[in-house]
Amino acid sequence: MMSPITPDEWQALALSLRIGLLSVLVSLPFALGLAWLLSRKRFPGRLLVEALLFLPLTLPPVVTGYALLVLFGRHGWIGEWLAQIGVVLAFRWTGAVLAACVMGFPLLVLSIRVAFDGVDRRLEQAAETLGASAWRRFVTIVVPLSVRGIVAGGVLAFARAFGEFGATITFVSSIPGETRTLPIAIYELMSLPGGEGGVQRLTLVALAVAFAATLAAALLGGAMWGRGRHD
Amino acid sequence: MIEVAVRHAFEDLAIDVEFVADSRCVALFGDSGAGKTTLLNAIAGLLSPQQGRIVLDGQVLFDRAGQVDMPVAAREVGYVFQDARLFPHLNVRANLLYGARARGRATDRFEAVVDLLELGALLGRPTSSLSGGERQRVAIGRALLSSPRILLLDEPLTGLHREARVQVLEHLRRLKQALQIATLIVSHQPDEVVALADEVILLRAGQMAGRLDVAAFGRSQGL
Repeated sequence: MMSPITPDEWQALALSLRIGLLSVLVSLPFALGLAWLLSRKRFPGRLLVEALLFLPLTLPPVVTGYALLVLFGRHGWIGEWLAQIGVVLAFRWTGAVLAACVMGFPLLVLSIRVAFDGVDRRLEQAAETLGASAWRRFVTIVVPLSVRGIVAGGVLAFARAFGEFGATITFVSSIPGETRTLPIAIYELMSLPGGEGGVQRLTLVALAVAFAATLAAALLGGAMWGRGRHD
Repeated sequence: MIEVAVRHAFEDLAIDVEFVADSRCVALFGDSGAGKTTLLNAIAGLLSPQQGRIVLDGQVLFDRAGQVDMPVAAREVGYVFQDARLFPHLNVRANLLYGARARGRATDRFEAVVDLLELGALLGRPTSSLSGGERQRVAIGRALLSSPRILLLDEPLTGLHREARVQVLEHLRRLKQALQIATLIVSHQPDEVVALADEVILLRAGQMAGRLDVAAFGRSQGL
């Protein structure tokens, strides 16, 4: 019989959930904007943008974490400037949110872009003849008709953020209650004598969350592909 | 009054049409591939002709030489597409009000248009539950309620079964009597042209092939 989850483990779980949710909320506006650009516009440097977008998926996460440290560390290029206005990211839970944003962003953009590509352009034309500006068409036609893809992307990005390890531990280390997320807690418990029980409990929790998220994404995605054109 | 001069070459069709029309309802009549829809698209701004000039009630909508190409959303044309293009995520009422809301216009004509097109019972329905004729009536209402200066009807009865066709035609006839709005209708069906138009412009393979008043057109078609 497995013993119940300890307060420390709760703390790690709650932190991972908070970081996962916040990272999706923070990245969503940027992801919507970029997905729209990639779906609707031809512009110079577009290929470069796409390559950069997918970099976090292909780079070793520890390299992404190091790059974040170089950019956003207390003495980093952007971090030094942010520190002057009182924003510190390195070794803070806010830094873990940034790392999660970066790692989940490609999945979010990709999913939303596919949904935007699937919106019937003729409906946007109809809205245009009815006097709708580009912004209004985006808000009243494109986004509502893409809502399943947006939610599916959000779920995937959340799952990615929830499981983030390499970039997070490199950028913000492991501080209990501040940056020690669920995967980091599992990793540390593994090297502790008598930590097996905790490892098993947290592994089960991670499994449940990840499976629920991918199942939700698959359901939403499947429903999106299965949806017929109405017009 | 609308002045249209459009020259545009597609791979398989060269459009070269020029006319000035002042009648309430002008029909562009011709077989498919005559360039009728291209002309409507040029007027609505969905196509920028390679050469030409389009003026609506004294306002230049497009002028290639003068480098004027007014944005689609600013042209104030009410375009009824052949395939209706209702917004599938909005119910009938929200579809009808879309243009009025986008343009920030009053919706005081809402009841009148709903009555004329007999849409009252449909207002709360999702568009996916509508029949072909109902969809087309909603599309006409939606275009009218955006307060257009001209109504562009692209084969509004094509694809409807007989009964729906008679019904929508009757609604269009009522609208013409009730509302003072300039209309350009594209059609390849002589009977709907005779029922609705005051004047007919004949198009053939992208060129103007004649211009008749509706009585002469009816006689030429044996109607």
